[in-house]
Amino acid sequence: MRDRRKLTERSVRIAVFVLALVPLALLAGDALTDGLGTNPIENITHRTGWWTLTFLMLTLAVTPIRQLTGIGWLIKLRRMLGLYAFFYASLHFAIYIGIDQFFAFEYIIEDIMDRPYITVGFAGLVLMVPLALTSTKKMIKRLGGKRWNRLHKAVYLVAALGVFHFLWLVKADMREPTIFGLILVALLAYRLVAERLRLARVRSNMPEVSAARRSRRSAAAESRAGAS
Amino acid sequence: MLIRRAPDIKESEVTDESLYLNRRQFIRTATGAGIGLAATASPLLACTGEPRLEAGSEGPQEEKLTPFEDVTTYNNFYEFGTGKDDPAQNAHSLMTRPWTVTVEGECNKPGAYDIEDILARYPAEERVYRLRCVEAWSMVIPWLGFPLSKFIADLEPTSNARFVEFKTLFDPEQMPGQRRRILDWPYVEGLRMDEAMHPLTILSTGLYGKELLNQNGAPLRLVVPWKYGFKSIKSIVSMRFVRQQPLNTWAISAPNEYGFYSNVNPEVDHPRWSQARERRIGEFRRRPTLMFNGYADQVAQLYAGMDLRKNF
Repeated sequence: MRDRRKLTERSVRIAVFVLALVPLALLAGDALTDGLGTNPIENITHRTGWWTLTFLMLTLAVTPIRQLTGIGWLIKLRRMLGLYAFFYASLHFAIYIGIDQFFAFEYIIEDIMDRPYITVGFAGLVLMVPLALTSTKKMIKRLGGKRWNRLHKAVYLVAALGVFHFLWLVKADMREPTIFGLILVALLAYRLVAERLRLARVRSNMPEVSAARRSRRSAAAESRAGAS
Repeated sequence: MLIRRAPDIKESEVTDESLYLNRRQFIRTATGAGIGLAATASPLLACTGEPRLEAGSEGPQEEKLTPFEDVTTYNNFYEFGTGKDDPAQNAHSLMTRPWTVTVEGECNKPGAYDIEDILARYPAEERVYRLRCVEAWSMVIPWLGFPLSKFIADLEPTSNARFVEFKTLFDPEQMPGQRRRILDWPYVEGLRMDEAMHPLTILSTGLYGKELLNQNGAPLRLVVPWKYGFKSIKSIVSMRFVRQQPLNTWAISAPNEYGFYSNVNPEVDHPRWSQARERRIGEFRRRPTLMFNGYADQVAQLYAGMDLRKNF
């Protein structure tokens, strides 16, 4: 029974690991077969950016899905998905620096300083670095669960910066960035509601539990009394 | 200079497109077979033009025609969707015949002009122009068309006419992108009279020696090469001579980002991105954007004394 669960867990993890590489494989395939269209640099920039946001959303969806389905081991996918988000973000940034701007640092610095959409995108990437660096088991232990959790709440900020990065670069058609934004809001709302419900349950359960215990105790006492 | 004045090239001299598209191979085999290049070069050069040199801040740069494939599959034409490949995929639903252009306003010859009559009356000439999109990419396109000034002269605008306003067809049945209000349909653009009468300004009916494809704004579109691409309104159904400066669609959509003039200007950035450089489609490195898209010698005097930062 336990071995079977471990086997599913393992195969799901391997499957997710491989699936997360598919966007990269497709991109490489298109690049090799001249399939990147008329503006290849724009194409690869947009695609890696889109996948960064998608992986950020998937990372944030792990906990709600885990809680709603009760499948606890899903949490083990979270780190991998988060690291993939960082991977695609790094690729996105590397393309911008090395291919789009071709290392024209005077323009890159101007972009980061003066163009709000690039400023927030860059800030999001920078914020991901400490999260990626502290993603190892060793670092979780070193930081302690509480501090680690608090640090990694920053992933919400990263996702929000990513959504604004997208929203501020489109000209008129806001549909796609809006969808990402709504997903993020839904994930945040779930967490706030779930937290509130949990607190409420804890508070209201406490007297209830003791009341139940009391009544059970008194019932036992009564039965004892009745027996004697 | 990139512009070609009228009889520079006759349509009969334009290289056949298949030959044009295979030009490199043609040259290779021709030279490989030992045939002198001189014999084959002249018809080829008639179309591609000898590599033109342009003095930019980073030195001379070559200007090559953007391939037909790219010109016809990478388009901003939101009436057919906001993706660059949407117009090529969706524009087949546009019916370009019958087609009339309604002329109204401050002129002596208002009326409905049939596209066939327009095409017959104004013979097409080829103009090779740079096209600079406000999104910082650019192309070089061999347009077919005729000077807008010729058409306007025949319409006899009155002295009250200070601007011309153009409208694109509004028909969500034919233009599926109009089913969503991404922009304030129908698309509207406008020019000051002196801009409209400028010899560089053309009404285009084709490109690469062929009729315009729907995704490029068939059957009739404006081309104003010194302005950002969105000024060159497509699939025109209406022209109106007016006293007041028209409100153009992108200026309605984002007034702080898109103005009425929208002249290509490397010194005036879009509020969200730089306009100093552009990516020429097909090139790897960005190249510097030229003032008035390289047509400053011809058009700068139109804006003498104007603050181009304010009148962006």
